Amino acid sequence: MSETENTRKDTLISQVTVTPSADTSGYATKVDCKHINVSYGDKQAIFDISMAIPERSVTAFIGPSGCGKSTFLRCINRMNDTIESAKVEGQIFIDGEDVNSDHIDPVLLRSRVGMVFQKPNPFPKSIYDNIAYGPRIHGIATSRTDLDEIVETSLTRAGLWDEVKDRLTQPGTGLSGGQQQRLCIARAIAVSPEVILMDEPCSALDPIATARIEELIDELRERFCIVIVTHSMQQAARVSQRTAFFHLGKLVEYGDTETVFTNPSDDRTSDYITGRFG
Amino acid sequence: MTDQTAPTRATRPSSFNDEAAKKRLRKRNAAERRFKFYGMAAIGVALAFLVLFVFSIGSQALTAFSHHKIKFDLPLTAETVAPEGVGDTAAIAENVSGFYQLVRENLAERFPEAAADGRERELNDLVTRLAVLPMARATAENPGRIGETFAYSAALSDDLDLYLKGAVAPETRFKSGPVTDVMRTLQNGEKRIVLRGDGAFDRIVSEQAALRSGEGGTILLQSETSIARLIDSSPDGVSVELLTGDLAGFDGPRADVRVIPLAEDARNVTDRQIAWTLALKEDGRLSRGINWALLSNADSTFPEIAGVLAAIVGSLFTMLITAMIAIPIGISAAIYLEEYAPKNRVTDLIEVNINNLAAVPSIVFGLLGAAVFLNFLALPRSAPLVGGLVLGLLTLPTVIIASRAALRSVPPSIRSAALGVGASKTQTVLHHVLPLAAPGIMTGAIIGMARALGETAPLLLIGMVAFVAEVPSGPTDEATALPVLIFKWSTGAERAWEPNTAAAIVVLLTFMVLMNALAVFVRRRFERRW
Repeated sequence: MSETENTRKDTLISQVTVTPSADTSGYATKVDCKHINVSYGDKQAIFDISMAIPERSVTAFIGPSGCGKSTFLRCINRMNDTIESAKVEGQIFIDGEDVNSDHIDPVLLRSRVGMVFQKPNPFPKSIYDNIAYGPRIHGIATSRTDLDEIVETSLTRAGLWDEVKDRLTQPGTGLSGGQQQRLCIARAIAVSPEVILMDEPCSALDPIATARIEELIDELRERFCIVIVTHSMQQAARVSQRTAFFHLGKLVEYGDTETVFTNPSDDRTSDYITGRFG
Repeated sequence: MTDQTAPTRATRPSSFNDEAAKKRLRKRNAAERRFKFYGMAAIGVALAFLVLFVFSIGSQALTAFSHHKIKFDLPLTAETVAPEGVGDTAAIAENVSGFYQLVRENLAERFPEAAADGRERELNDLVTRLAVLPMARATAENPGRIGETFAYSAALSDDLDLYLKGAVAPETRFKSGPVTDVMRTLQNGEKRIVLRGDGAFDRIVSEQAALRSGEGGTILLQSETSIARLIDSSPDGVSVELLTGDLAGFDGPRADVRVIPLAEDARNVTDRQIAWTLALKEDGRLSRGINWALLSNADSTFPEIAGVLAAIVGSLFTMLITAMIAIPIGISAAIYLEEYAPKNRVTDLIEVNINNLAAVPSIVFGLLGAAVFLNFLALPRSAPLVGGLVLGLLTLPTVIIASRAALRSVPPSIRSAALGVGASKTQTVLHHVLPLAAPGIMTGAIIGMARALGETAPLLLIGMVAFVAEVPSGPTDEATALPVLIFKWSTGAERAWEPNTAAAIVVLLTFMVLMNALAVFVRRRFERRW
């Protein structure tokens, strides 16, 4: 690698603030993926990916469009089941249990692995009902007071409580985009999941709303295992402790965020990070 | 831009103001205006047809919505109305001839000349026999009335009703001059009256000449309750035939003259009947009112007492069965096809078939209904049950297609959101997708039902065209439906069926408009945005 290139990379890195490297080795593995292959009909989207995602940290998936990072993310809570042509092979262990095995019900799995989507998608119901829906169907809360408490804690953790506490009965769709996305995060954490999957949660938001969400992700890291797909490398660098770089359905590089951004071992990673493609 | 550079750009529009640019702009604006005009013209044509349609139906129906009634004060004598005894109310209710006899006696008493001339039948035709049925039923319900005087208004015969509404012939009316002399003469064994008065009959002479040179007609002279028919005329005197009333009535006052430009044998009402009707009107016994019978009566062979109630009830029962078949099955099928079914050849085939079924002519469904429900399953003929089943099958594809469109319009992100928090497929559909699709589904279902309400052909084939004079009390009773009744009335021979048909159409259209309004209301009220 020439010296000029190194300088450029340094310049790039200096533009983004890298989160102080969390000691990920200190955490146990939460999600362990082994030899995952996914194909949509004849087209294979994921080629033999194995990776271990640590507990109580943020893992970012980056890569150019169509590289399979969202597909891989959706394997973890079996959302690919809802796509008819999708075929998933391999094993994903969450706390040692294979989510693809027959005795795991995808519905229960999804209460343990929450998901936040690219576009804020609150239910066209009241803010309260948006949060209370999950706990209700899973029977987590039996009484009204329990439910009230869950709604309040979830909204507080999502940093939305102060903004909406006076209008819980108003429709969630009436909130601003950033608020809606935080409502969706609150909805996801209301069922006390262990893992939260976020599929480009900020791509539809303005920079200020994005900053709020990123702060929130950083706070949630204390309790949950978070996996985030993002197109913004700055965002990956800011919020994540571990970064995985995907390219053409393959996992090219996976390691501590700081290492991946400052000293990538693969040329494709450095090319992507420095903006030569993608 | 300088002069030096201008030539190099000569071919391109260099200014907003040069001739070529203006010309192009004018052309474009003209094209815009033309396009807009085409649209407006199309709407104008459609509206014009709609207005024409509503006006023609409405104006015809209006005459049917009001009708004339004759007031009677009838002494309910026990021997006439209750020959089987006052206690036998069932016999009283069906004793049409007894009650009709009261009406006949009353008319004969008022117009004794009918009996004298042997024209009782003509007189009795003023009121239809069955028009006394409500009075018979009312008496049966309250037998205490027997012995008292019953004030009853009976519908005037349909032809005379039409005459009074001016639908028989374009009548001319004017006043004659003062009559100075009335005298009775006898010519060729016929009683005649000669009216005299200088210049009183100038117009009558010219009118009669016009009638004689044309297709004939009648000239009636009326002075209060006395009515006479013109036989011969000259400017200083006319000879007339007294049809009813008193000869002396013509002495002095100016008589009302009616010119009916239609020969007596070319119309369904005789001169005498007209005369009696006019006399009753002069008595103040004839009144024009809203024809409630049209809404509250069942069908009849007599237009003046025929009503749409039985058909409305029949249609309601039919729609009930249709809704019970089409809505649950349609929505379930749509949910399965849209949310659960795998995409493969079988579902493709089902989809194609559903779309084709929606385009199958309704009469084919009628044949199917006759073959399967009547012949194979031996269900009762002419019953709303079978009609409802057939119309349910007819509406099913429409409901499925509308429901699928509504389900498809629910954004997938809502499904993902529900699945993402761990809702099962069923919970996702029931809690989120279906409530969001409900306004669309209900709108589709209601519009499908409105279409079924107007269907005629399949009902004809399963025998719902039968004459039903009783209001059906259940879906297995013999019944008819509104559109079938319209079809049947429109083929009626008597003139009075024409306005009746229009009135029935108005009733049907009212139901249609109500259902469509309900559909719009449901859509507006329950539509949720996301």
